[in-house]
Amino acid sequence: MTDLLVRPTSESARQRLVKGALRSREIAVFVILVALIAVATVRSPNFLVGSDGWRDLLVTPSILLLLAIGQTVVIITRNVDLSVGSTVGLTAYLVGRLFVDQPGIPIVVVALIGMLFGAALGLVNGVLVAFGRVPALVVTLGTMYIYRGVFLEWAGSDRINAGDMPSGFLRLGTEQFLTIPVLTLVALVMLVIVGYCLRSLRWGRELYAIGSDPAAARLYGLPVTRRVLGAFVICGALAGLAGVFYAARYGTVSSGAGRNLELEAVAAAVIGGVAIFGGSGTVWGAAIGAFLLVTIDRVLPILGIPDFWQRAVVGGLIIGAVALDRVLSLRRERQLRQARDDARSGS
Amino acid sequence: MSTSTVGHAVDERTYAAYSRPLWWRVVMTREFAMIVLLGVVYLWATGNVASFDGPLALYYLFLDIAPILMIALPMTLIIITGEIDLSVASTMGLSSVLVGIFHADLGLSIPAAAVCALAIGTACGALNGVLVGYVGLPSLAVTIGSLALFRGIAGGLLGTEAITDYPEQWTDLAKERLFGPVEGGYSGGWLGPVTEPASYPLVLVPIVVLAVVFGVLLHATSFGRGIYEIGLNEQAAKFSGVDVARTKLLLFAIAGAVSAFAGVYYTLRFGSARGDNAEFLELQVIAAVLLGGVSIFGGRGALPGVLAGVLLIGIVSSALRLEDVSSNVINIVIGVLLVLSVISTSLLAWISGLRVARTKSDHPTKGNQR
Amino acid sequence: MAEAASGHPPILELSEVAKSFGPVLALRSGRLEVGPGSIHALVGENGAGKSTLVKVIAGVYRRDGGGFRFRGADVDFGSTGESKNAGIAVIYQEPTLFPDLSVTENIFMGRQPTRSGRRIDYPAMYAEAERIFGRLGVAIDPRRIADGLSIADQQIIEIAKAISLDATLLVMDEPTAALSSVEAERLFTIARALRDEGRAVVFISHRLEEVFGLCDTVTVMRDGAYVGTRAIAETSTDEVVSLMVGREVADLFPKAEAAIGDVVLEVDGLTAAGEFHDIGLTVRAGEIVGLAGLVGAGRSEIARAVFGVDGYDAGSVRMNGVPVPPRSPRASIRAGMALVPEDRRQQGLVIDQSVARNVSAAIRGRLTTLGLLLGRAENRVAAPWAGRLEVKTSALDMDASTMSGGNQQKVAIAKWLATEPKLLIIDEPTRGIDVGTKSEVHRLLSDLAGRGMAVLMISSELQEVLGMADRVYVVCEGRITAELGRDEATPDAVMHAATHVGGHLAGATHADEKVLA
Repeated sequence: MTDLLVRPTSESARQRLVKGALRSREIAVFVILVALIAVATVRSPNFLVGSDGWRDLLVTPSILLLLAIGQTVVIITRNVDLSVGSTVGLTAYLVGRLFVDQPGIPIVVVALIGMLFGAALGLVNGVLVAFGRVPALVVTLGTMYIYRGVFLEWAGSDRINAGDMPSGFLRLGTEQFLTIPVLTLVALVMLVIVGYCLRSLRWGRELYAIGSDPAAARLYGLPVTRRVLGAFVICGALAGLAGVFYAARYGTVSSGAGRNLELEAVAAAVIGGVAIFGGSGTVWGAAIGAFLLVTIDRVLPILGIPDFWQRAVVGGLIIGAVALDRVLSLRRERQLRQARDDARSGS
Repeated sequence: MSTSTVGHAVDERTYAAYSRPLWWRVVMTREFAMIVLLGVVYLWATGNVASFDGPLALYYLFLDIAPILMIALPMTLIIITGEIDLSVASTMGLSSVLVGIFHADLGLSIPAAAVCALAIGTACGALNGVLVGYVGLPSLAVTIGSLALFRGIAGGLLGTEAITDYPEQWTDLAKERLFGPVEGGYSGGWLGPVTEPASYPLVLVPIVVLAVVFGVLLHATSFGRGIYEIGLNEQAAKFSGVDVARTKLLLFAIAGAVSAFAGVYYTLRFGSARGDNAEFLELQVIAAVLLGGVSIFGGRGALPGVLAGVLLIGIVSSALRLEDVSSNVINIVIGVLLVLSVISTSLLAWISGLRVARTKSDHPTKGNQR
Repeated sequence: MAEAASGHPPILELSEVAKSFGPVLALRSGRLEVGPGSIHALVGENGAGKSTLVKVIAGVYRRDGGGFRFRGADVDFGSTGESKNAGIAVIYQEPTLFPDLSVTENIFMGRQPTRSGRRIDYPAMYAEAERIFGRLGVAIDPRRIADGLSIADQQIIEIAKAISLDATLLVMDEPTAALSSVEAERLFTIARALRDEGRAVVFISHRLEEVFGLCDTVTVMRDGAYVGTRAIAETSTDEVVSLMVGREVADLFPKAEAAIGDVVLEVDGLTAAGEFHDIGLTVRAGEIVGLAGLVGAGRSEIARAVFGVDGYDAGSVRMNGVPVPPRSPRASIRAGMALVPEDRRQQGLVIDQSVARNVSAAIRGRLTTLGLLLGRAENRVAAPWAGRLEVKTSALDMDASTMSGGNQQKVAIAKWLATEPKLLIIDEPTRGIDVGTKSEVHRLLSDLAGRGMAVLMISSELQEVLGMADRVYVVCEGRITAELGRDEATPDAVMHAATHVGGHLAGATHADEKVLA
């Protein structure tokens, strides 16, 4: 009854790599992204080649990129964080306030404060979910209201304008290093760090185990409570950093800051192959998903489709992605069953 | 087949139907607590908020929460099966846009346009239902997708335009009062000339009818029992002959239809069809349902509690608004209520766990953990 | 005791261990002493408290009272992590793997080998996994994900976990329940090797022949309490059985003679890819037909397909000569079928629902007045059925979860008898219920057959099948390998058919064949 016993040595490392790559969701979404960019560039060369085009292509997704990374870390543990959009708005306002109230405060300090603040908001979610044993969907729906309410109440009628923030900070939104925008670079560094941790550190793998089967994880003796708490803190910190980015990139913080980003972050993760019920998926996929979402938004007008349709396309993509996952898993199940039959009939 | 004594029992045991007296079963429930809380808040509001007492305040309160009240009904049933529908507000927005387009661009009368919008809304819900029930996809992911899809179509159809031209007869109907004229403007009530000041909008009539229908469906039919069973244990429900896929399809389709109806109402009430109508309403609906004591894991909750939850949110927002509290603080209050309502459940369990642990240390053989 | 005789101090000492869950006393006074370099059997009927004892050892449950010493020190594990760190590895009845992760990660989760910077050393981890698999004599790709592994292979992964832990004590809770004889033999070889390294192994099994073939000492439990410990060399199967049961075996299975009538259920050529093939069987009125075989042979899957919970690819199901549509439990119920499934907590009952609603669940469509279903109607139906089966509960609105396993099973049976079926399919009717209730259930089944009901009983307990059934079908690896009349059905005949597919030795692992090829 031992099914599909592949002799461990029958495939070389390279064969395995090639095979894995062909099957990987990350590559598939990446190909779509590249094709999309190619089509847009043919239609309108400025989209890619012009200096602004290149910059915008890379810098626009950076905020969603950070959120998608954080959201993936949480979703992998079979949870979800709907409060990240509100965290972005609140942190962005905090950043503006800091510059207004403490003129001359170093930018790095502000960025750190933003991240810490986001982490604290994430900690609140994490405590409620991990210790309160309350479903994350409900808790973060509640904190989404609370954080946004605090943000708007605090901001009152004043909004932060570009004039309130030092020009050095605003330049971050456009500055480039080796043609790569600084914000994108920072977001990519975060991506690599989190991607590395999830792949190569024990706690990262434990997050996957927890999401794969929470009951088994407890039975196994994994520190489930602490890990889930940690995942929410990471997600909050990244959302805080995204808030800093928001202030730098747009120069103004109005009441709509960060709205709807929570659902887009979940969407990016799902499109990138992160299973909504945890246990599988990578931040790489989520990152490409985030790039794809933002790029679609910008490509549609070039293709002559009013950008109002962007959300419809995104919605179709999400449904298509989950349906595809289902079809693939059904096929794999069938293959396994077939293999069991073959094994039984005594090859 | 014989149904007489089976086994060696000669004297059959007899059973009490209920382990607790009636008052206990009514009072010691989450729903009852919600209703009491609602009453307390209402009394506080009428006593302390100067302008809340008037009929006008109640009239606008109901006018405003009407869509939430409507959609909360099917949402309750869906959440009790353990699923969720995030796309309701998008369906509502789409239906609003469709009513506008059918009426303004295709020249359909309002009822005809509304029927078409209702049909398309039902189809939207059915799409979710097929994907969740028959294809077996997680509803959270599917409806995040269809939230964007339906909203995207609504936005794509109208862009940033708004269609605002509707016959007055219909826009007035949406704001019509039961038993009386609207103070000031339009008079000559639709239901005859009654002069006493009225506090209830006409839209409450379909809402009450829907609430009764959904209440009976959930609490007093075989279909409703199936809904609870699916939420508590889908496998066992299947073994008992419940058609799980069809139940889910039906519920999502009904949610689509009700959302579309709410969209029609919304369009006429504000006299405007826009792509972003009712955006984010889904979260308010879900918050109200959960506040009303429905478990997000499915299988637990009751419709009276949900109605109390919606009204509670409505009264709190309305009273605070009249007190000149900003809508931001109202949002914070709603969020805190939501978190508290779910935390309270596990807090209670935790406290009773502590109590048991204490008795356990007294009587080492009578523990009750896990 | 054997351990004392061998001169080594025992590794594990449990005495007077008690554990209760609410009103249910699962363990009254558990006692177990295991020495190093020994394989110690723990036997007892279902509900004797073995699994609870194992979970206390594993740190899943904290005992309410009693002594627990491990390697000479008093211990009190509050979590599975603590017991694991102390050197205890437990393999549960149902393997608990993370389906999305590779088998190697499943083995090393939380203890992965690391390089500088606490980075997981994947090559070393895979190499170590291959080394362990090599030692166990199995060929499993260390990189494949755990999802889709057969139960036998999942158990190998669990054992690999234990080995990589370098555990001093390995507890195996019914590891062979789902294994073919070849797979079981492979497991025994591994267990012996571990013993010879000086480790202690606790082996739980229902199959006494395995206990006598593998173990050197046996501890018997009954009704949540310790009964006795014997050296294998100094005892006999008969003695162990009488210790387990506490009385003669014969009076457990009172199947009365019944007049056998017309064919009620007729299954022909039923096939579902990967599950079962070409299943043909009949059940007559008044007849109890046993469906025997190993766990995992496909018996429950057959029952589910017949009842319509799952679909099938080919074949037909007829009730009283009328075809029953596939994939519709509702149609099957209407045709007069009832299925009491194997797992009552997950399938048979909605455990968080009241007794009244559970009992009326399958017939509530008939209880409506003007389309309305009222609690009164449910209570009216539930009360007599609960009474007939002597369900012990204070009121009909109590949740089924508050009741003991035996009473839950009675509720599950009541639910299906309330449909007044012509055919009752009952899957593992007495799993996990106490001895008293067990004989009540047997009496009930016999009674039902006596009244002309057709009964198809799936059971893994050989004694139960042999005692109750008029006719036995034996299933092996998804095929019916034998049909035996009451007279032909001997333990040997059934076990032989259950482990062999048409002369070909079942379960010869293809890994082995591939290695040879």
